[in-house]
Amino acid sequence: MLAAILDFKLMLLFGAVLCLLVILTVIGRILKRDPDSMVSRPTADNFNAQIAAWWKICVVFALSLLVGPVGSLFLFAILSFLALREYMTLVPTRRGDHRTLFWSFFVIMPLQYYLVGLQWYNLFAIMIPVMACIFIPSSIAVAGDTAHFLERTTKIQFGLMVCGYCLSHLPALLLLKIPGFEGHDARLLLYLGIVNQMNDLLQYVWGKLIGRHKIAWRVNPDKTWEGALGGLVSATALGTLLWWATPFTPLQSAGMSFTICILGFAGGLVVSAIKRDIGIKDFGAVIERRGGILDRIDSLCFAAPIFFHLVRYYFAP
Amino acid sequence: MSEGIHPIASLLAAVARGITGVQVQWAGCEPDERQRIYFANHTSHLDFVVLWSALPSEIRAYARPIAAKDYWEETPLRRYLAENVFKAVLVDRGAVSKPNSHEESKFVGRSLIEDMAAALGERNSLILFPEGTRGTGEKVGEFRGGLYHLAVRRPDVELVPVHMENMNRILPKGEYLPVPMLSLLTFGKPIQVEPCETKHAFLERARESVSSLRRIGSA
Repeated sequence: MLAAILDFKLMLLFGAVLCLLVILTVIGRILKRDPDSMVSRPTADNFNAQIAAWWKICVVFALSLLVGPVGSLFLFAILSFLALREYMTLVPTRRGDHRTLFWSFFVIMPLQYYLVGLQWYNLFAIMIPVMACIFIPSSIAVAGDTAHFLERTTKIQFGLMVCGYCLSHLPALLLLKIPGFEGHDARLLLYLGIVNQMNDLLQYVWGKLIGRHKIAWRVNPDKTWEGALGGLVSATALGTLLWWATPFTPLQSAGMSFTICILGFAGGLVVSAIKRDIGIKDFGAVIERRGGILDRIDSLCFAAPIFFHLVRYYFAP
Repeated sequence: MSEGIHPIASLLAAVARGITGVQVQWAGCEPDERQRIYFANHTSHLDFVVLWSALPSEIRAYARPIAAKDYWEETPLRRYLAENVFKAVLVDRGAVSKPNSHEESKFVGRSLIEDMAAALGERNSLILFPEGTRGTGEKVGEFRGGLYHLAVRRPDVELVPVHMENMNRILPKGEYLPVPMLSLLTFGKPIQVEPCETKHAFLERARESVSSLRRIGSA
C-alpha cells in the first residue's frame, strides 16, 4: 500500500483520472438539470450511468492498491464470480447442465484464480481454454441430456472464458516481474483501463459527431466506422502520450494502445451480439440492483489477456 | 402460536437470499401488513424461504407457509423446521391428489380448507404453492382447488400472485447443491373470485396471473 502511494507516477496518473472524472461528473449534472441542453434526456442519463460506473471502477482500483496483489486476486475473483452469475442468469441452460454449472462456479473459477495467484503461468494459461474445454462437454454428456449439446457446451465455455479466464488476467498483470519496473505493475493495470475506457468514450463521441456508416446495425446501432476509427486514432494517441508511466517506449506504447483499442472494440461488439441473441438490451436492464457488470467490462474482456501476454512475452522474460 | 420470527428462520432466509441474490419487484401491489394469500409457482425447495425472505420483516412475522405433511413430517429435522422454525401449516396433499374414492377426497379436501382457514385466523397471511408439487420451471402447472375454496371462504383476504424465476435453475428437483444464479421475484396485482365464476375458470385465471409476471424471455 505504501509502495503504491510512494509511486509518484502512479499517483499522478490516478490523480489525473480522478480530476477528469470530477469534471465529467459536473458536466453530467449540468446536462441533467438543463432542460434545453443540446443532448436528449436518455443520452444524458446514459452519460451519467457511465460516469457512475467509472467511479465504481476507480473505487475497485483504489481498493486493489490498498490490499496489494493478493487482495486484488480476491477482489477480481469476486468480480468474476458476479459477472459469471449475471451471464448464466440470462443465458438459457437446461436441467442437465446443473452439475456442470456447479463445477464452473465453485471449482473451475476459483482454481483459475488460485493458479494466477501461484503465478503458475503454464497452467493458468491453459486452465479454461484446454482443461475446462474438455471437462465441460464431458460433464454435460455424463448428465445424459443430448438436446442442444453443442450449444450448451459453448454457452458455458464462453461464459467461463469471458468472465473467468479473460478477467483473471487483470490481477495477473499485478504479479508480473518486469526488470527495472518492479513494484510498479499497478500502473500497467491503470494504463490498460484508461486506454480501454477512453477508447469506448471517444468511439461514442466521434460516432455522435461524425458517425454515418454503421458497422453492424443489427448488433449495435451506435457503432459506426467513423466512430470506431476516430476512437482508435485518438485513444491510441492518448495511450502513446502515457508512455512515461509504463515500461514501454513511446512507439511501443502506441502499439500496445492500438492493440488495446482494437480488442476493446471487438469485445464490445461481441458482448452486444450476445445480448441481441438472448433478446435483452443490457444485462443491467433485467437485473436492476446487482446487474450490469458485463455491460461495463465488455470492452475490457478481450483486451486483458492479449495485453497481458504481450507484456509478459516482450517485457518480462 | 408464538409471535415473532425464529432466529434459525432469519438465518436460513439470509443464506437463501445470498445464494439466490433475489431481485424483488412489487409490480402489481405494494408491501402491506393486511391479510394476504401469496400464491406462487413452485420449482425448487428454496422457493418458500426465498419468497418469505422477500417480504418486509413486519409482514414476514405473520406469513405462514402451506406445506405438504407427507414430506415435512418424514424426518425429525424436517418436522422441526416446518413446525417450530417456519410455523408451517402442514396439510395432507396425498389424499387430495390420489383419492381412493370421490367421497373421501371431498372429505379430506374440506378438512384441508378448514386447516388453512384456521391458520389464516384474524392476523396471518399464507404462502401457498397451488401447483401442489415442484415443476420443471418451463411453464406454470395446473392449480389445485384449495386456492379457490379458500378464496370463496375468505373474500376479505387479498390473493397476491407471485412469480419466481430461475429457482428451478438454482436448485432443481432432485439436486442438492445450488448454483448461485440470480432469481427474480415479482409480486403481481391481487385477484379475487368474480361473481358467478366457476372454479375451473378462476384457477385458470389465477395460473395466468402468475405466469404473466415472467420477466426473462417474455419479450
